[in-house]
Amino acid sequence: MYKFVRRIGLAALLASSALVPAAFADTPTNGGDIIVTYKDDIATLDPAIGYDWQNWSMINALFSRLVDYKPGTTELGPSLADSYDVSDDGKVYTFKLHPGVKFTNGRAVTAADVKWSIERAVNPKTQGPGAGFFHSITGADKMTAGTADTMEGITAIDDHTVRFTLSQPDATFLNVLALNFASVVPKEAVEAANGDFGKHPVGSGAFTLKEWTIGQRLVFVKNPDYFIKERPHVDSFTIEVGQEPLVALLRLQKGEVDIAGDGIPPAKFLEMKKSPEFEGMIVDRQQLETSYVTLNTQVKPFDNAKVRQAVNMAINKDRIVRIINGRATPASQVLPPLMPGYDQNYKGYAYDPEKAKARLAEAGLKDGFATQIYTSNTDPQPRITQAIQQDLAAIGVKAEIKAVANPNVIAAGGTQGQAPMVWSGGLGWIADFPDPSDFYGPILGCGSAVAGGWNWSWYCNKDIDARGQAADAMPVPAKAEERNKAWAQIFTDIQTNDAPWIPVFNERRVVAKSKRMGGPDEIYIDPTRVIDYEAIYVNK
Amino acid sequence: MAAFLARRLVQAALILLGVAAITFLLLYCLPADPAVLIAGRSATPQMVAAIRHELGLDQPLVMQFLHYVGNLLHGDLGRSYTQKTEVLPLILARLPATLVLMAAGIVVEVALGLTFGIIAAVRRGGFVDRAIMMLSFVGVSSPQFVVALLLLYVFAATLGWFPMSGFGTARHVVLPAVTLGVLGAGWYARMVRSAMIEVLRQDYVRTAHAKGLSGGRVVLGHALPNALLPIIAMVGIDIGQFMSGVVVVEAVYGWPGIGQLAWQAIQQVDVPIIMGVTLVSALAIVLGNLLADFVAPFVDPRIRSQ
Repeated sequence: MYKFVRRIGLAALLASSALVPAAFADTPTNGGDIIVTYKDDIATLDPAIGYDWQNWSMINALFSRLVDYKPGTTELGPSLADSYDVSDDGKVYTFKLHPGVKFTNGRAVTAADVKWSIERAVNPKTQGPGAGFFHSITGADKMTAGTADTMEGITAIDDHTVRFTLSQPDATFLNVLALNFASVVPKEAVEAANGDFGKHPVGSGAFTLKEWTIGQRLVFVKNPDYFIKERPHVDSFTIEVGQEPLVALLRLQKGEVDIAGDGIPPAKFLEMKKSPEFEGMIVDRQQLETSYVTLNTQVKPFDNAKVRQAVNMAINKDRIVRIINGRATPASQVLPPLMPGYDQNYKGYAYDPEKAKARLAEAGLKDGFATQIYTSNTDPQPRITQAIQQDLAAIGVKAEIKAVANPNVIAAGGTQGQAPMVWSGGLGWIADFPDPSDFYGPILGCGSAVAGGWNWSWYCNKDIDARGQAADAMPVPAKAEERNKAWAQIFTDIQTNDAPWIPVFNERRVVAKSKRMGGPDEIYIDPTRVIDYEAIYVNK
Repeated sequence: MAAFLARRLVQAALILLGVAAITFLLLYCLPADPAVLIAGRSATPQMVAAIRHELGLDQPLVMQFLHYVGNLLHGDLGRSYTQKTEVLPLILARLPATLVLMAAGIVVEVALGLTFGIIAAVRRGGFVDRAIMMLSFVGVSSPQFVVALLLLYVFAATLGWFPMSGFGTARHVVLPAVTLGVLGAGWYARMVRSAMIEVLRQDYVRTAHAKGLSGGRVVLGHALPNALLPIIAMVGIDIGQFMSGVVVVEAVYGWPGIGQLAWQAIQQVDVPIIMGVTLVSALAIVLGNLLADFVAPFVDPRIRSQ
């Protein structure tokens, strides 16, 4: 049995977390209205549907969930739930809701709302991208198949108690409940919005949406009744959309803007980083991301592991990092360095064209071969792909570049037997939650090696799949350490033996903010929220 | 006139239907599957199939198209795949900004084009003419992005005469309209110049000069009306073009027009929005040309008598 009480939190749960909670140097001050810019319009604020890096942090700030991450960390803590307990077999979770929490329409949040909200996220009628995460709850399969309208695995025991029954133990279950998709929404507001809840959101989070002028701005104001009394700090934040990143930076310099959400265009990056004028305005941090080349294990000659190993040795990752002005770190493995299970000691395949040629010769291809590499057609991806093409040419592999729009890259990768190689840049895997399993199931597991899936290597190793399942059945936190080690070994074995990927780099995220914005870097590039609107503040 | 109007309206309806059919077919041919994009990275194949069914994408193409056209006749453009909201309000919300920029842009380009075109025609072959033609060439071949950023940097960021971004007041529209106008004026100046040169050679102009009219009255009062026809046709085309969105100018000045909506929808294969914007643009082009056809007889009586 594991229990936590408010303030103590779930710290023990992710004891092995790679991120140490930040020491907040100054005390946050309250008040202030800030302006944030984005180039793209905000698609939706419906927590069951929104799944891009712009709306993710806004939805996060509008709604609340049973559990949530502490600002700037990957450490889970209580939120809507004050405490929970889990059965010994790891299959039954019971949560006690914090008393007195209200939606911003004035109604109290109940356990029935939790049940209804998660069922809504899974229901195919909602057409949400988050349904797959809840697969371990009993009844999720019937809901997905459209044969049930409710999930038997979620029970509202009374107004303040909700119980989840899982069909199999799932070590990541609490992480799943902290995703935006698990946000609690009031049924009556969803129904009243008549399909437009994404434009008329009602939640119980730190902020409410006050105004949305399509194509221009969204104004979020502080929720005075927010159940976490000390937050948020700013009175409001306004999102201005349709703002070209270069212009946003000019406006930032003039003090018209507080956060340039799209960051700094690659061409301006070095210049700004060196300029004293921008000192203290650039936040540049690692995120849970890996950019990679998939090697299609079902397409000749990449069906031969020796060929996959050879091309892994052929890529000069340092040069590629220079192409994007150093905004990334060369990657040796599938997992990014901040992820639990990252193996410090595993060096991967070092750049060595001679060894690569020798390995190709072992595979009977000493004269090389011709192949294709797909890439997104937006800068800088085609330039990176050209560098990969040149590296491959040096070992005799002639790769033809197919630069197409993002949706078409996704389509090519997800079509059996089509794309021999795909450069994932621009579509790279950013973790949904800080757990190593998120880098396996949806991109390297057998279940995702299907038409329309994201396993573009079409890699399926039954032994590894079984080991992954065993690791996810380990009870957390009791065996968290052991579980992370198991995952670390799984990823090392995948790369050493099968090499379905060329991990190329871990891209950092860059955000530019005005000098008056306070708080540590990690709340501007939060590992799970992008921008943490609850935690940021204006210096007085 | 009524018969002419009726004929043109039927033509317009047919053109729109044709545009709808072609766009629909093109989008259907794309390899990208909207259901896969909506279902996200963690979806199972069952989930993708369920979403495809919800969107009606599991129906044969012909059925999908008939369904779409059926809804269209009720004024229903469907719901966006990514935003889930209805398409029509999304387009209508951006219509005012699009119309304002279209009108302002056309005013600037016509004003500049007429002025410089007339001056060049009157001074044809001279230094002024060559300078104007040279400038108009630079204008039409300048990249919008560069000109827009340059104007923004000088007049908004440095001098602070205009706001850097947004929509709402008259000051907001100046820089975007000037960008469009300066770049478009080159075409107009060239067109006006050649039309004017043609007219200025004619006998009645010589007569006007001979009976002692001032140079200005001859050019503006007698020659110009006869040179206006091609300009009206060009304005008709520009109405359509600007209505379909001026993506780059909108992006630089944070202008909430239709272009940005269309650009994002294309990147996400949001078929209902792409269809909606395409139809609105097609409608604008048809109406723009129709308008030019209606205005022409008032400017040129010769057409009226035909």
